[in-house]
Amino acid sequence: MNRPTELRNTQRELYYFRWRLGIAAAGAVLLFTLLAGRFFFLQVTQYEYFHTLAENNRISIVPVVPNRGLILDRNGIVLAHNYSAYTLEITPSKIQDMEATINGLATLVDIQQRDRKRFRRLLEESRNFESLPIRARLNDIEVARFAANRFRFPGVDIKARLFRHYPKGELASHAIGHIGRINEADLDQLEASEDMANYRGSDHIGKLGVEQSYEKQLHGVTGFEQVETDAGGHAIRTLSRRAPVSGSDLTLTLDSRLQEVADKAFEQYRGALVAIDPKNGEVLAFISKPGFDPNLFIDGIDPTSWDALNNSPDKPLNNRALRGQYPPGSTFKPFMALAGLELGKRTPSYTISDPGFFTLPGNSHHYRDWKTGGHGTVDLYKSIVISCDTYYYRLANDLGPDNIFNFIGQFGFGKKTGIDIEGETTGLLPSREWKMKRYHQKWYAGDTISVGIGQGYNLATPLQLAFATAILANNGTVIRPHLVRSILDAGTNQVRTMPAAKPVALALKPENLELVKKAMIAVTQPGGTAARVGAGAPYLIAGKTGTAQVIAIKQTEKYVASRVSERNRDHALFIAYAPADDPKIALAILVENGGHGGSVAGPIARVVIDYFLLGKVPPPPVPPVGAIEEEHD
Amino acid sequence: MIKIDPRRIWLWLTAHIDSLLLSFMLMLMLIGLIVLYSATGQDLAQTTGQMLNMLVALVAMWAVANISPQNLARAALPVYGLGLLLLVGVALFGDVSHGARRWLNIGIRIQPSEMMKLAVPLMLAWFLDRREKTLNLKDFGIAVLMLVVPVGLIVKQPDLGTSLLISAAGFYVLFLAGLSWRIMLGLVAMGAASTPILWSLLHDYQRQRILTLIDPSQDPLGAGYHIIQSSIALGSGGIFGKGWFNGTQTHLDFLPERTTDFIFAVYAEEFGLAGNLILLALYALLIGRGLVIAAKAPTLFSRLLAGSITLTFFTYAFVNMGMVSGILPVVGVPLPLISYGGTSMVTLLVGFGMLMSIQTHRKLVQS
Repeated sequence: MNRPTELRNTQRELYYFRWRLGIAAAGAVLLFTLLAGRFFFLQVTQYEYFHTLAENNRISIVPVVPNRGLILDRNGIVLAHNYSAYTLEITPSKIQDMEATINGLATLVDIQQRDRKRFRRLLEESRNFESLPIRARLNDIEVARFAANRFRFPGVDIKARLFRHYPKGELASHAIGHIGRINEADLDQLEASEDMANYRGSDHIGKLGVEQSYEKQLHGVTGFEQVETDAGGHAIRTLSRRAPVSGSDLTLTLDSRLQEVADKAFEQYRGALVAIDPKNGEVLAFISKPGFDPNLFIDGIDPTSWDALNNSPDKPLNNRALRGQYPPGSTFKPFMALAGLELGKRTPSYTISDPGFFTLPGNSHHYRDWKTGGHGTVDLYKSIVISCDTYYYRLANDLGPDNIFNFIGQFGFGKKTGIDIEGETTGLLPSREWKMKRYHQKWYAGDTISVGIGQGYNLATPLQLAFATAILANNGTVIRPHLVRSILDAGTNQVRTMPAAKPVALALKPENLELVKKAMIAVTQPGGTAARVGAGAPYLIAGKTGTAQVIAIKQTEKYVASRVSERNRDHALFIAYAPADDPKIALAILVENGGHGGSVAGPIARVVIDYFLLGKVPPPPVPPVGAIEEEHD
Repeated sequence: MIKIDPRRIWLWLTAHIDSLLLSFMLMLMLIGLIVLYSATGQDLAQTTGQMLNMLVALVAMWAVANISPQNLARAALPVYGLGLLLLVGVALFGDVSHGARRWLNIGIRIQPSEMMKLAVPLMLAWFLDRREKTLNLKDFGIAVLMLVVPVGLIVKQPDLGTSLLISAAGFYVLFLAGLSWRIMLGLVAMGAASTPILWSLLHDYQRQRILTLIDPSQDPLGAGYHIIQSSIALGSGGIFGKGWFNGTQTHLDFLPERTTDFIFAVYAEEFGLAGNLILLALYALLIGRGLVIAAKAPTLFSRLLAGSITLTFFTYAFVNMGMVSGILPVVGVPLPLISYGGTSMVTLLVGFGMLMSIQTHRKLVQS
């Protein structure tokens, strides 16, 4: 043990061991330094980057959807509002077996076949990361039952949401429109208008009518909440909040009670009615019959209801008042008469002798008057009262197409009225250019003749007719019609009346206007084509009947309503304003396949005006008894 | 009646305790409890449970410290043999859990690989000490075999973290015993050459871990999630940290395994670079003390054992912090003295008990 060599050996070994230990220690120090360097890199150099990542992890921005503005009628009656309810929503991306999930849910809440169909349709149209409603308006029992079973359905949630509701249903649906779920096309549009941020969290957007055209005001400004969330996405607490600004409430120009009265007056007929306050362009009633229930469209319509609406021969989705284009028929005559007077082609005393037809020089074609044998001697006043066709055939020929186009165009025919909802059609006021462009043909003298009585190429929407009537009632002052009267800004709580469009006065001679208007009053008096409309009224109604042909009648034939199938019968038209001396309402009525204007459309006008001016509610309709007064176009 | 002399009891208690080593350990363990209390979401029960684990481990440490190095050396062969037997038992009859066969049910479920963390350096140190006079290449070959067999069995379980630590422990013994640089280089070259073979032997999840290390962003929600979230926790801690209980990554559940393997991320997020440097310093002091003990140890056995235990402890700490900070692959290695868990705490402290035994018995011999 004590031999020196061994001791030295041990010493040397110890030395060698310590040398190796030193190397290991140096390695450890080096590696710890490396770690310290790494910590410095992460926690100092890269601090901002990781801090941001941690904050992004922690904080999510949750949009707070503003309440959509209400829509009220001019008297404050609610036409569109929101209510809070629960929906059962499915996030498709989190579901593996959709069918099994829905079947499972159906054991807890009532899920009808139509709900399934509607959901499937939504599924096809949607961005798949959003949650889609399978059932809306759950009752308390259903909410409780699902809540107890929620763990069985990952990806399914109950959401408390505001629902849009149109309490009046079909009434004014074509004017109010509706909202619907945001689809791809809407997204593109939002993207283009750079409104996308404001729609984070919004599921719905205005699709039609006022809901669409005033989307910006109704939607409001989306608020945001900074929420601390955990890794599972559960909100822990709210860090900060920018409150949403509710959408503005719209007050419409519509009078919903007037709308109701007018709607009822149509009974089973299809058609349209537009009533305008001629003094300011406010649309008082806007009807397209039949209507549809806008509530069906809010969360996607189920295919059965959709097919029923879309395939119905009555075309309830068609906005006849705004988009329906009909020949104005004889309602065109007062404007023609004014054109004759203003352009010096007619004087009040000028008369024609009406043989019951009109022929162009050198042509045997008979342009027939509605009255076989004619009306005898006819001056301008009488031509309106009895609606003489021959007078206007000749007048049209004397005026020529250019004069007609230029003069009548001033009353809004052939162009959009500019009403504040989208989708308006222009109608058609034919011109030489139009015919060349459309048919590559020059204008023939014969083309002008039927234009004179509102037939031929002529087309107008009921809205245009009402607009033209309002201009006439207002002695030639043109005021753009509009549906929104005022906007209550939810942010500032200030009522902003819609700026009335600058009225444009047409240069018309008062005496000419006076004559035409006098004749229109006589239309609703005994001897006029719509004598029944004015009968017993304590105010004067100025009006004009009209008939729009649906099918052409041969030269030798006479139109007999009973021989023509119902849908090929003439459309009845009536334009009117009242009281004639101080017009408060101007309206146009179209009754599809209603026959003569005076007999079907006229009485509707009377009911509407009676209610509007006198507050008279019409009695429930009684079946007609006895002979109907013979009335003609 | 026997008169109780407090001084004698104190002496009896502390005779084989190295106070420096103990104080560094206790400081680290205190940090461990502080972090754990936050990481568990201020769960007092779990924290007290860990305190209990520590007490048990301290008692075990004390007991081992009282065993003389000579007796430790005597125990080397039986302990190693038993461990090897149990490992074979695991391979044949072990319980499978989470896709790994690591446990053996002998009335209680035990994890023999844990025991091998100490048994392997003990065995190698004992073996090399026996051959001290005639140490040659053949002896090193036998020693390598003694290392490779248990490591191989543990790799097969599979348990990458443990086999790595045991390999390290064995390697340190060989290195300190004076394995020639040339052979080590040769081993490294062989290792490099056999990488493709090893790669083919690895389980898919192990390969994934290595691939994920190279580019965590490849699979940000899957395998890379741990690394990314722990890097965010670390980095967002900044210089002074977010404060105790204020780690958002921790408390909003973004950090996985935050009481065990990833507890360092919790610490780093809440105490920042400053806290990390303090932790590194404490580890360095502890390791330094261990190396001093090794350097002063009187026999080759005790030198090799003390050196290996200390350097393995360093490896533990380095690998864990390295993986949490994203410079090493995610292998299941806890942060020594800090991570939650009783077994590893006991193993670690038994190791420190051996160090203390080496240190204090040397003193006794000298005095």
